[in-house]
Amino acid sequence: MIATFPHMGNIYIMVKTLFDEMGIDYVLPPKCSKKTLEIGAKYSPEMACLPLKINIGNFIESIEKGADTIFITGACGPCRFGYYAEMHREILRDLGYDAEVVALEINEKGLKDLIAKLKKLTGGKKLASLAKPLFKAYKALCMADKIDELSYQTRPLEITKGQTDKVIDDYRNKLLETKSVKETFELMRDTEQRLLNIELERKDTVKVGIVGEIYTLIEPFTNLHIEKILGNMGITAHRSLYISQWIKEHIIKQGLHIKSKKEFAVAAKPYLKTHIGGHALETIGNSVLYARGGYDGVVQIYPLTCMPEIVADGIMPAVRKDYDLPSLTLVMDEITGEAGYLTRIDAFADMLIRRKQLREEKKKNEVLLLRH
Amino acid sequence: MGIPRALLYYEYYPLWKTFFEELGAEVVLSAKTNKKIIESGLTYCVNEACLPVKIFHGAVSDLIGKVDCVFLPRIISVAKREYICPKFSGLPDMIRSSLPNLPPVIDTEIKLRLSDKTLKEAFIYTGKFITDNIAKIIKAYHKALRAHGDFVAKTQKGVLPAQIFDGYRPPQPKGLKIAVVGHIYNLFDSYANNNLFKRLYQNDISVITPETLQTKIIDESADKLNKKLFWSFARKIMGAVIHFTQTKDIDGVMYIMSFGCGIDSFIADLCERKLKRANIPFYLLVIDEHSGEAGLDTRIEAFVDMLKRRKTNDSDLSAHG
Repeated sequence: MIATFPHMGNIYIMVKTLFDEMGIDYVLPPKCSKKTLEIGAKYSPEMACLPLKINIGNFIESIEKGADTIFITGACGPCRFGYYAEMHREILRDLGYDAEVVALEINEKGLKDLIAKLKKLTGGKKLASLAKPLFKAYKALCMADKIDELSYQTRPLEITKGQTDKVIDDYRNKLLETKSVKETFELMRDTEQRLLNIELERKDTVKVGIVGEIYTLIEPFTNLHIEKILGNMGITAHRSLYISQWIKEHIIKQGLHIKSKKEFAVAAKPYLKTHIGGHALETIGNSVLYARGGYDGVVQIYPLTCMPEIVADGIMPAVRKDYDLPSLTLVMDEITGEAGYLTRIDAFADMLIRRKQLREEKKKNEVLLLRH
Repeated sequence: MGIPRALLYYEYYPLWKTFFEELGAEVVLSAKTNKKIIESGLTYCVNEACLPVKIFHGAVSDLIGKVDCVFLPRIISVAKREYICPKFSGLPDMIRSSLPNLPPVIDTEIKLRLSDKTLKEAFIYTGKFITDNIAKIIKAYHKALRAHGDFVAKTQKGVLPAQIFDGYRPPQPKGLKIAVVGHIYNLFDSYANNNLFKRLYQNDISVITPETLQTKIIDESADKLNKKLFWSFARKIMGAVIHFTQTKDIDGVMYIMSFGCGIDSFIADLCERKLKRANIPFYLLVIDEHSGEAGLDTRIEAFVDMLKRRKTNDSDLSAHG
């Protein structure tokens, strides 16, 4: 068995660690690129959502490099993601590829089905043998997410421009080369230290919250690496979802029956009363939380035709009005005229910076008035 | 009581109407879909939404000023362990955030995913907006269920909702016989699909839809899927199509999809793959708010011509180019 899996932001760091630790043969899919998307868009239904198309691209690129078993996760609705594995299988079948698609999910066939599939990973060994590698893999993912988060903070404040980008690019390149888990961890610890050593300015930056559909938020290829774009404009971006945090909330806590505090659900209540699948509730709730937290604006990102996010998009005007919160919606698909998006992000950023200046001037004038 | 003539109106209207009328409320429907409704839908609804959701926005806006309250149920699931499109679960919230001067809204939550016992509670909750007499509500509930059962039985006998809602008369069954599949609100909103059924009937084409098949047939076929389809309406479409691939008693399948429909983007593709393997012609008709009549006509005509030639010439034209 030569395993492979789809890309989604830092997920590959986790899966790579897991496979390295367990000694499983695997093909790391080439980084998502225009070519990946081109292949995916060619063979997927025209109106399927972007992640499905990129998945197909990832798989075909990996299969060409020798992979024969595809591991993905699954769900059971109402978002389309729940039927991804079936689509993958049908598309690959009609293209004449005989790679096996294994969907790790709890479906109507029950737990037995999942256990049988997990045994494929362990090579027939007891499932307990998965525990330690999984733990390490999860730790690697958490560290990777922490590095990302740190870079979003240092980028807008660095005194010598481009330092953060340099550290991150270096880290990403080296990451593909590491052969053992130990090496991976060392690299990440080192990167974290290098980020912490960057000399920073002390100033109050414009702050923007990033909300939307999880795949487009997490995979930099699909969001033009928006945190980086904003960061280099001197704006601090805060992403509302990280994959490690998602795993903690949905798999670890639910598995252990720990009730999680869902602040975003409470915040979203006046606008959207229930969970409607995908991340619509998070989008609305986190926007409200950002507004209350003094953020200057939010950016909503989602793939074209994403059902839950369209609902959120329809509700956003109410949040915008109630909290006087500027928001920018970016809908992503395979026709990525990058320049068009950049212009819009640029205009939005300029507007936020100007608003902040005006507010500060007004405050200053008020103070002056009070003194006289 | 205002009911927008859109989306699940086409599935549940007899149920809703009977229920509210039994309770003594007057049911007011929005106008049949027309240019004005689509235009106001475009004004109020978010751009990215699909045509039926836009029509729904337009239909609700048509009711404003004419009714005391609007019935906008939050329908999350209509069967056990199944869902419907997520847009339905957020529909009342979308409407509230975008339509001004909205009368009071009854947004009963219908969620039968875990247990279908909640249905009765949902009806009682709804009825209480009108009367405090629980016995009366329960009586109306049973009568409404019967009305719905009658409606379903009638369609399963072959009487299409197009005949019930628009009064179309089907032709004598002598020409082609095709199946038209898709979400019910695309099939039977004759404005949105440009009088599709009228056009087909004029061409002497007999039409069946998933609604005309017995529930048992749909269930048996849908269970053949590798993974259960968790969207109720998609499961119905898929079940019907799998059934057709086995009986092969139709000349072709036409799938009506609204532009940007998330579920149809998958299901239409899966249907096409299955039908292609069974060598049954398939045509995907995508509708949106810009559908020009002439364009649709040409496309339907081309498909019908292909089917006719395929049937009369023994050459058996390839179903897919």
